[in-house]
This record gives sequence, structure tokens and C-alpha cells, in this order.
Amino acid sequence: MGNGNFDRTLSDQDVMRRRATLLQRLHVDGILLTLLLVLASGSLFVLYSASGRDWDLLIKQASSFGLGLLGMVVIAQFEPRFLARWVPPAYVVGVSLLVVVDVMGHNAMGATRWINIPGVIRFQPAEFMKIIMPATIAWYMSKRSLPPRLKHLAISLLLIGIPFVLIIRQPDLGTSLLVLASGAFVLFIGGLRWRWIIGAVTAVIPVAVAMWFFVMHDYQKQRVLTFLDPESDPLGTGWNIIQSKAAIGSGGVFGKGWLLGTQSHLDFLPESHTDFIIAVLGEEFGLVGVCLLLLIYLLLIGRGLVITAQAQTLFGKLLAGSLTMTFFVYVFVNIGMVSGLLPVVGVPLPFISYGGTSLVTLLSGFGVLMSIHTHRKWIAQV
Amino acid sequence: MPQPIRLKDHEKDASLVRRRVIVGAVVVVLLTLTLVARLYYLQVIQYDYHSTLSENNRVHVQPIPPTRGLIYDRNGVIVADNRPSFSLTVTRERTGDWQSVLDTIVEVLQLSEEDRAIFEKRMKQGRRPFEPVPILFELSEEQIARIAVNQFRLPGVEVVAQLVRHYPQGEHFAHSVGYVGRINEAELKRLDPVNYSGTHHIGKTGIERFYENELHGQVGYEEVETNARGRVLRVLKRTDPTPGKDIHLTLDIKLQEAAEAALGGRRGAVVAIDPANGDVLAMVSQPSFDPNLFVTGIGFNAYAALRDSEDRPLFNRVLRGQYPPGSTIKPAVAVSGLEAGVITPDTRVFDPGYYQLPNYDHKYRNWNHSGDGWLSLETAIMRSNDTYFYELAHRMGIDRLHDYLSRFGIGRKVSLDMFEEAEGLMPSREWKRARYRQAWFPGETLILGIGQGYMQATPLQLAQTAALLANHGKWIRPHLAKTIEDQPPVDENPIPDILVRDPKFWDYARNGMVQVMHSARGTARRVGETAAYHIAGKSGTAQVVAIRQGEKYDRNKLQERHRDHALFIGFAPAEKPRIAVSVMIENGESGSGVAAPVVKQVMDAWLLGADGQLKPEYVPNAPLENLDGQR
Repeated sequence: MGNGNFDRTLSDQDVMRRRATLLQRLHVDGILLTLLLVLASGSLFVLYSASGRDWDLLIKQASSFGLGLLGMVVIAQFEPRFLARWVPPAYVVGVSLLVVVDVMGHNAMGATRWINIPGVIRFQPAEFMKIIMPATIAWYMSKRSLPPRLKHLAISLLLIGIPFVLIIRQPDLGTSLLVLASGAFVLFIGGLRWRWIIGAVTAVIPVAVAMWFFVMHDYQKQRVLTFLDPESDPLGTGWNIIQSKAAIGSGGVFGKGWLLGTQSHLDFLPESHTDFIIAVLGEEFGLVGVCLLLLIYLLLIGRGLVITAQAQTLFGKLLAGSLTMTFFVYVFVNIGMVSGLLPVVGVPLPFISYGGTSLVTLLSGFGVLMSIHTHRKWIAQV
Repeated sequence: MPQPIRLKDHEKDASLVRRRVIVGAVVVVLLTLTLVARLYYLQVIQYDYHSTLSENNRVHVQPIPPTRGLIYDRNGVIVADNRPSFSLTVTRERTGDWQSVLDTIVEVLQLSEEDRAIFEKRMKQGRRPFEPVPILFELSEEQIARIAVNQFRLPGVEVVAQLVRHYPQGEHFAHSVGYVGRINEAELKRLDPVNYSGTHHIGKTGIERFYENELHGQVGYEEVETNARGRVLRVLKRTDPTPGKDIHLTLDIKLQEAAEAALGGRRGAVVAIDPANGDVLAMVSQPSFDPNLFVTGIGFNAYAALRDSEDRPLFNRVLRGQYPPGSTIKPAVAVSGLEAGVITPDTRVFDPGYYQLPNYDHKYRNWNHSGDGWLSLETAIMRSNDTYFYELAHRMGIDRLHDYLSRFGIGRKVSLDMFEEAEGLMPSREWKRARYRQAWFPGETLILGIGQGYMQATPLQLAQTAALLANHGKWIRPHLAKTIEDQPPVDENPIPDILVRDPKFWDYARNGMVQVMHSARGTARRVGETAAYHIAGKSGTAQVVAIRQGEKYDRNKLQERHRDHALFIGFAPAEKPRIAVSVMIENGESGSGVAAPVVKQVMDAWLLGADGQLKPEYVPNAPLENLDGQR
């Protein structure tokens, strides 16, 4: 009896240990995985409502999520050192694909973001730059001393600038800004001197003012003004903002209830299941719902920052930090624009907005984070 | 192998990164709090506001279409204005079943299935959600009453007042000002969807089309709160539209009417230009049509009648009609020959009644088969002698002829602001090779000298040729808009002036043209005799059917529609030209007999005062130079 009791206690602990080791052996971070699963299941509820109860859409999103999880786990299996080795060729291939898209777009007399080989594959090269970009700068800076010197900074900016310009020409302002941010965050995490940061910011202001008065035409100024203040153009982009504000505002503290939103269901809100999905969430689940979502995001970001701090290699630190901060930019820019704080740029709300490509890219990013965290040579306190 | 780690550096790097991570975390938290604050503001502080908007069925943004710019003639007489008119609109989202609502409308207004098909087509042009789409225009009092009585059966249907284009002058300006019509699907694709969000009409032809951007203006909008039935409860915010610009035309309605009267119901075209500044004073293409028919959509039968009429009222003869210029081109050929140096004013040519190329049998006939004997340049113009100009064209050759006559605007668009102007045709060796895969024949050069053959010109180009002869080759593109919101139109692509070695060349051509009107042997002396001032003019005929070698033109054998077109160009007063005119009369046969009196009537209307004398400001202050007929 005593023996059996002893056995049971032991095996209990043993099972606990084995579970931990199973996740570790799979190189999956339990905390991140749990948060991601919570987000994903929540997102399906919102999407069901936002899409007007479209089961097909829901199944597509769910399968994209499954595919993304698989990709995440696969990526997590590779050691960061192995990933680092493949970064430079990946960068070259990524930029080449962007050039191909640029040339195709011009030949087709219109903008395109896609590379499409019918029957084989169809994807946006710009999406992959969201991961390749920070990895490239992290790879480059990890071989240099910190904080970055002027020369290394210049080279980094060049590396960021090429894909940035190519993506902005597509034109895809949202993605290009995310790519720019992901590269810049590496430099920030790497200890870019404060006076340079402040200097760059203060230099932008007079340049912008000079451009405004001496370079730009009236119609360009008008476009900038509309961009900065979409509500001044209520027949164009302002329409979305006016409607999304009304949707969010009418949700109140507790919301109107799932599937009971009115604004978003009467075609008032265009793109209600993609970029503007937070308006549906705000209307149906209220302030409480949005805050809960923000909390989950904060936990994810917190975990990302812990991984950054605990990473053992410089490459790992820089890359993990940048991926985490970029993730926050997604969240901030999307909610900011839908609630009328920021200009409208096409940035989806991570894990909630409908869209397979962005889901796969985001999850790949978390795969990289897990790879960085689970391939350490000695386990520090978790 | 683990990569080499320099322990000291590693520690330093790690602490640097850790510090940056902390900064990042603080920023993340602060920005997240900003978002929460924003959401708190929207969802708690502004809750009542947004909630009410939402309850009362939400906010709408309604575009306010700008008022289309008005069009005046040169004296300020209104040519195109906007009239309030009642239209029936349907907002699809409010109708429930819009198909059955359409059925009800058709039933209530007792319309036909054909009308219903049109409604359905118009409904499909709706662009934004909750946009009221107008489906029926110019409602009568009775129709408004019928809709009002049946309003309960017609959810989403409204009677609205709109400003609709109106042309008080009717037919007078149909071919110059043109008209607006409903935006069609092709136009919808190329238009700015925002600026045209409240606009249902767009310029289709003429000035309305050419100056569409200026006339349209900038859209305004209002944010309104509506109830569930779509009725506007209050306006939350309003931005006024910028009305379109007003246009003052160069056309003069009195001259326009005089020119139409001078045509006297015949099919034809009249263009009058002020040679000093390129203002088009009159532009008539007869028969015409009522542009008001097209504004709200012309019925199928009415349109078919216009389109299929043998008189072709929709055809703009001034801009689209292309005719061989005939003898009217001779003064321009004369100036070209003088400038090219192949003739001098004293060159004499003997006319036996025909011309033969060396080594060819073919006889190119003068219109006067008995021949005019020895001719100088001015006499040749006066007599409209063909033989002289065969010889002149032969000496110049096709290349130089093409080069010089192109400078007069033949074969190119000459106007500044006219929609769909035809280019005419000034043939060349290259053109013939490309068009017919044939070499150029010398005989073809000869008949170009008398304005026949491949050459084609529009009445506008002929008037411009007259204006160039009047103002000594100074190019000002003829234009219809005098000012657009007080700004004169700008020519972005000016045509270079025609420069000649000796300005007297122009005088020789003019003298020949004056003799046409005022000399005892001039071809149009009967018209010149009655003039109160000196006219410089030149007649011409444009063949409609070809005449075979040796065959005589016999008017009795030809059907009326196959008779030659009568042409005439001229300017006056010859001493100091104030008006240049071209006239084309379809199947009129005789330039000097039929077209010349029209030219003189138009000139009289412009130049003469009530007393039948030249208006004081038009009296030339110097007599004609070198005009005596015997040089």
C-alpha cells in the first residue's frame, strides 16, 4: 500500500516532468502556445460574426491556422545558428522576388503584390520580408560590436531601404512600414545611441516641412492631408473611419452581445472581417472584450521580451526583440487606425483579421522565437 | 561547435539589450494604455452619442453635387444653365425587395415594360451602399402626387429636387456647346468616384465635354443622421461643394442667328473667326437638333429618328465634315508658290482651256473650256483659273506643296478647345505609300493645286485658312471659350506662324481675292457689287461624285444629293480684316452663286450698323495698297 502510494506520488511528478520534457523535446514554448490557442479560438468567434456567419470563411481561417502552427513547430526545430546561416541567401532571394513583382506589376500596367504560378503556388514576397528583414539585420549586427557604429548603421539602413522602397512601390504602405519597423527595432534593441535616434527624428521634421513648401504639388498635399485626417474625406477612406468609430462607440462597456452588432452587419462597415474586424469586436463585446484582447496581446509580448532577455546569442536577442516589438506595432497601428487615432494603412489585426498569409507569417515569427528559446545550451530559470 | 563567445563583451551586450528591452516594455505598456484610453473615450464617454447614432439607424455621408458652371455667349446671353427638376430616386437597401418596388412604381405611374427595363439598368449603376439612385427625371405634378399618395407602398422611394442642365437657346448651339447626358458605364470606370459621387450627368460633346473638368466643380458632402426609413433627422457636419467654373464663349448669338438665317434652311456649315484673336464668332452646322432631349435621356424612337434622318442633324459638319477644299485653297497655294520661289507676281501662264503634263496625253481641264489666255497670278485667282494652278503645282512638286499647305493647318487639328475635331487630309508621298502601297503620280500633284484629289479639309480649317490669309500667317488656334472664370484659355501646343520672305506675298493673294468680288471679271462680282465694303473672297466646289474624262458635269442628270458642295471663304474689310468666314453648302453646286451670298450676309451682320454702313470702329483708316488690277 505504502509502496503503491510511493509509486503514485513518484509517477505523478514523473508525468509532470515528462510533459515538460515532451514540449521541450518538441521545442515548443508552452506559454506562447497556450496564448496563441486562446487567441485563435477567440478569433474564430469574432470572425463568424464579422463574416456574416460564413462557415466556409471560418474553415479556411481555421485551416490556415493549423498550417501556420505546423510551420511554427517545424521552424522551432531548427537551431538559431542554423537559421542564421540561411539568412543572407534568404535576403537575396526575397529581394529578387520583390524585384520580379515590381517588373511584373509594370508590365501588367497595374499594381500587383502577388507572385502567382498557377496551380503551383501563389504568395506575396513582401510577407516573407517581415521575417527575413529583422533576421538579416540581426545577423549583420550580431557579427559587429554593440552599440552599432555609424558605418554599420549606414549599411543596415541600406539593407532595410531596398526592400522598403520595393514594397512601397507595389504600393503597400502598411507592409512596407512593418518591414521598416522590424529592421529598425533590431538597431534599437542593439543599443543604437539615443542621440542618433533623437537626431534622426528631429532631422525628419525640417525635411518634411521643406518638402511641404518647396517640393510637393497641391494635389499631393491634399493626399497627405487626407491620409493624416481621413475624416476630412468622408466619401473615401473617411467613410470607414466614421462607421467604425460609431460601431466601437455604440458597443459601450459590455457590448451588444455576440452576433448582435448592428453597424457591422448592415454593410455599413466595409472590410469588417479583415482590417476593420476590431470594430466588430468592440461593438459586440464592448470595452471589456477589447481590453481582454489587449491583455492577451500584452502577455504574448511580455513573453517575447522575456525570451529576448534570456536568449544566449546576440543574434537570438536581436531577432527575438525585433519580432516581439514588430508584433506590437501590428496591434497598435491596427487598433489605432480603426479607432481614428492613426492614418489608415493596411495593417491587419494579428490572429483576428481574416487572411491566411498574414497568419502563416505571424506564426512563423513565433516559431523563430521558440527556436531561440528552446535551443539554449543550459536552461536558465524559466 | 558553439560559436566563440568573448565573455566580457557578451556580458556588456546582454546588459545593453536588457536595458533596451525594459525601455521597449515601458513604451509598449504606455502605448497600450493610450489605446485603452481612446477606447474608453469612444465606448464610455461618447457612448450615448454613438449609441444614439447606432439606434437611429446610423450616420450617412451624403455627397452634395457641385452646381455645374454656366455658359454664356460673348455678350453675356445665357447658353446653358441649370434648372430645378424633380426626380424619382430609389435607395436599394431600404426597399426590401427592390424588384417589386419597381413593379409598384410602374403600376402607380402607368409606365411601360420598356421603362421598367430602363429603371432596372439605372438601379444597377448605384455605386455606394445606401446611395439613392435616380431612375426617373422631370416628374410632372401629377406623377409627384401619385407617388405621394402611394408612398406607403414604396419604401426607399423618394422624390427629390435636382438641378438639371438646360439649354435655353435650343438648337442654336447644339454643335458648339454640345450637351450633357447621363454618365454611362464606360465613363464610370474612368471618372474619379469621389468627385462624381453625387453627379449623374457629364459632358458628352462640344464645350460641355471639352471643359468637363472646369464646368463640373468639386463635390461637397454632409454627414447626416437618418432614421430607419432613411429620412434625414439632422445634419451633423457639412462641407459645401465648389461650384464649377462659368465659361464665356467667343460665339455671338446674334451672328449665330444671322448665319443660320443666311443658310436659309439649306444643309451646310458656317464658321466665322475674328482673325485678330482667333475668337470663333459663329459656328453653325445645319440642320441641328435640340440638345435638351439628351440631358435626361432621349427616348429610343426619338433618337432613332435623329440618327437615321437623311439630313443627318447629329452630324457636326463644321468639325467632322471633310471636303475637298476645291478652288478655295488657291490663295494659299499662291502664297506657297511665291514663298517657294517657283513663281513671281509677274509670272505669266497661257491658258488654252486645258493643261498637259510634258509627255502625257491626259488633258487637265480648266473649268472654262474656252481658256482665259495669258494670266498673271492675281488674274488667275480672280478668274479661279485652273490651268495656272496646275502649272504652279507642277513647278512646286508634291513635297513642297505638302509642306507649305500643312502650315495652313490642312491635315491637322487646328482648334484649341473643340471636341472630336477631324484632321482633314493633306496627302504626301509617304501617306500614299502607307495608304495605297503606291507611288505618287505627277497628275495627283496637279489636281492638289486646285484643291481636288485626296486633299480634305473641314469648314473650320477653311475658315482658319481665310483667317491666316487675313492676318498674314499669324497662328492663333480658333477657340470657343473666351474666358473660363475670367481666365482666357491657354494654348499649350501653339502652331508656329507662317513666315514668308516678303510680306507683300500676302497682299498679292489678297488682291486676287478682292478682284474675285469687286473686279468686272471676278467670279463673285454679283455679290461684291452689293457690298458696302471691300471683301476678299474665293469660291470653290467640292465634288461629290467623280466625273470621267471627257464627260461634262450635267446638273440635270445628277440626283440632288450627288450635286457638288458649294464652298466659299473670305474676309472683310479687305483693308483691315475683322472677320474671316467659311461657308459650305451641301449639294449647293456653285461656290460663287450660292455660298458667296451667305458669306456676305454673315459679314454684313457683323460689320454693318443699323444704318447699313460699316460700324465706325470697323472703318479702315487706310486704302488698299497695290490694288489696281493692273500691276
